[in-house]
Amino acid sequence: MSATTPAPSRRAAFIRRLMDNRSFTIGLALVGVVVLMALLADVIAPFDPLKGNFKARMVPPGAAHWLGTDHFGRDILSRILHGARVSLHIGFLVALFTAVAGAVIGAAAGYFRYADGPVMRLMDAFMAFPPIILAIAISSVLGASVTNVVIALAIAATPHTARVVRASVMVVREMEYVEAARALGAGHVRILLRHVLANAMAPLVVRVTYVFAIAILNEAVLSFIGVGPPPPTPTFGAIIANGRDFIVAAPWITVAPGMAILLSVLGLNMLGDGLRDVLDPRMAVTTR
Amino acid sequence: MIRFILRRLLASIPVLMLVSLITFGLLWLVPGDPASMFLDAGATAEALDRVRREMGLDQSFPVRMGHWYMRLLQGDLGQSLLLNRSVVGAILERLPVTLSLTGLAFVVSVLLGVAAGVVAAVRHGRLADQGMMTLALIGLSIPEFWLGLVLIWLIAVLVPIFPAGDYVPFTTDAWQWARHIALPTFSLACVQMGFVARMTRSSMLEVLGQDFIRTARAKGLPEPYVVVRHGLHNAMVPIVTVMGIMVGALLGGAVVTEQVFSIPGLGRLIIGAVLSRDFPVIQGGLLFLALIYLAVNLMVDLLYAAIDPRVRLE
Repeated sequence: MSATTPAPSRRAAFIRRLMDNRSFTIGLALVGVVVLMALLADVIAPFDPLKGNFKARMVPPGAAHWLGTDHFGRDILSRILHGARVSLHIGFLVALFTAVAGAVIGAAAGYFRYADGPVMRLMDAFMAFPPIILAIAISSVLGASVTNVVIALAIAATPHTARVVRASVMVVREMEYVEAARALGAGHVRILLRHVLANAMAPLVVRVTYVFAIAILNEAVLSFIGVGPPPPTPTFGAIIANGRDFIVAAPWITVAPGMAILLSVLGLNMLGDGLRDVLDPRMAVTTR
Repeated sequence: MIRFILRRLLASIPVLMLVSLITFGLLWLVPGDPASMFLDAGATAEALDRVRREMGLDQSFPVRMGHWYMRLLQGDLGQSLLLNRSVVGAILERLPVTLSLTGLAFVVSVLLGVAAGVVAAVRHGRLADQGMMTLALIGLSIPEFWLGLVLIWLIAVLVPIFPAGDYVPFTTDAWQWARHIALPTFSLACVQMGFVARMTRSSMLEVLGQDFIRTARAKGLPEPYVVVRHGLHNAMVPIVTVMGIMVGALLGGAVVTEQVFSIPGLGRLIIGAVLSRDFPVIQGGLLFLALIYLAVNLMVDLLYAAIDPRVRLE
């Protein structure tokens, strides 16, 4: 294969368009920094995130502890770095599961007319519950663990995602090349995967980027309320929950992890905005 | 219009049934015995039996479901395991608090969000646009419970204008109510404000590029009139359609915000029930929130059909 085949150059043009998008590049840089810090947490964290030091309790930010310590004398910076690992891990898994479930459900509803009504009514019913409340209820019923938090958040995020996929599948379904594929004798599975879903991916990619951001926010809420991963697992929300009682005496415990959430979510939202501008400019903005 | 209303009401019946089924099915997700999850590990066999009976766990699943639906149709959601009172009573007592917080945050986020979006669209590409959209993006990315805590620290403690928590009912003292609800409302409204501002801006930009806007300007109409009467009026249609979704997000946010500001609303009730595994209250709270959401969306749809007659024919 020569280097002048159209596929690589189209990809290169696509990447260039993404890189020309300011929102995308800033978002990518922010997310990149957060991911890097999470991956290198073991190496760059100055202290053990779980080990307290009773001689250094509630130390304000300074030379020894850049972001201060909490009431157990645990280093906040180290806890945030390790917390980023847990929170990003959860966010990523939620995005992945939601993408798969949303694609399967949305494609089935959008492609098979007889499935559309029943499936979407079920999705409507799930969407009647505020997503975060649904996640809190599911997580509390299943019991606190990383896996259950992922399940709860994925269930809460799937209906809206399925709806996004369904809408774009319904457009693509009517395209002439789908009719052509059918005329050539292609089966439903082949048409769905090769022709319909492949061309209906753009809104899903954008939506899943936002789901990642929403999952980080909602995981923080679950941990803050006390139905997240069990302590002493450091997550962004758990650190904030720890600092809550000391908001006057030691505000740094609360402020720093919140900034970490803000930067991660901001990065993902900007990444999503950039992807939307390039992939799917007509898509509406989304909320939690 | 009446046919549309009837059709829309009929269409909500299956969703309502599914909502109640999901609420009931939640208990089925509990691994093991819900009664032993509610009680401590050291509970006596009699206590376990009593809670099982109260929850109806001594009966088979279909029987329990039948009972649950029979009671539900009579407006009875059972007894709270912890509060020793009816679930409906406990919810109705706290509902006004949550509704006032949600409603206020809704009004604030729509008014400020639309204003910011219009300004951003009119000043497209300028500093005001970029500033507004940066703020909106930050608003969308901020964890609302954390914003609440930071506000408590900054405003309530450092500059004590507003109280740091608690709640005073409107009927007791309107001024104190307003002071107490100001910070929770702001921290709750921030996210949706960002959302509305972004929606309004993109919708306005689209409308302002249409021919009839140019015609209106060519007629010599004053610019503010063109922007509001011709621009915003048409740009509001997509914003009205997402108002239902916004209410869902606000109700969810209110539950968490109540927790931060110690407001005795439905959210505190649900979270308390979640932490003590008071399952009837969790189910009742979920059902009420879903009903509010469905009712609001029904109203939004009817409003939408009233504004735009084409919707009725679909």
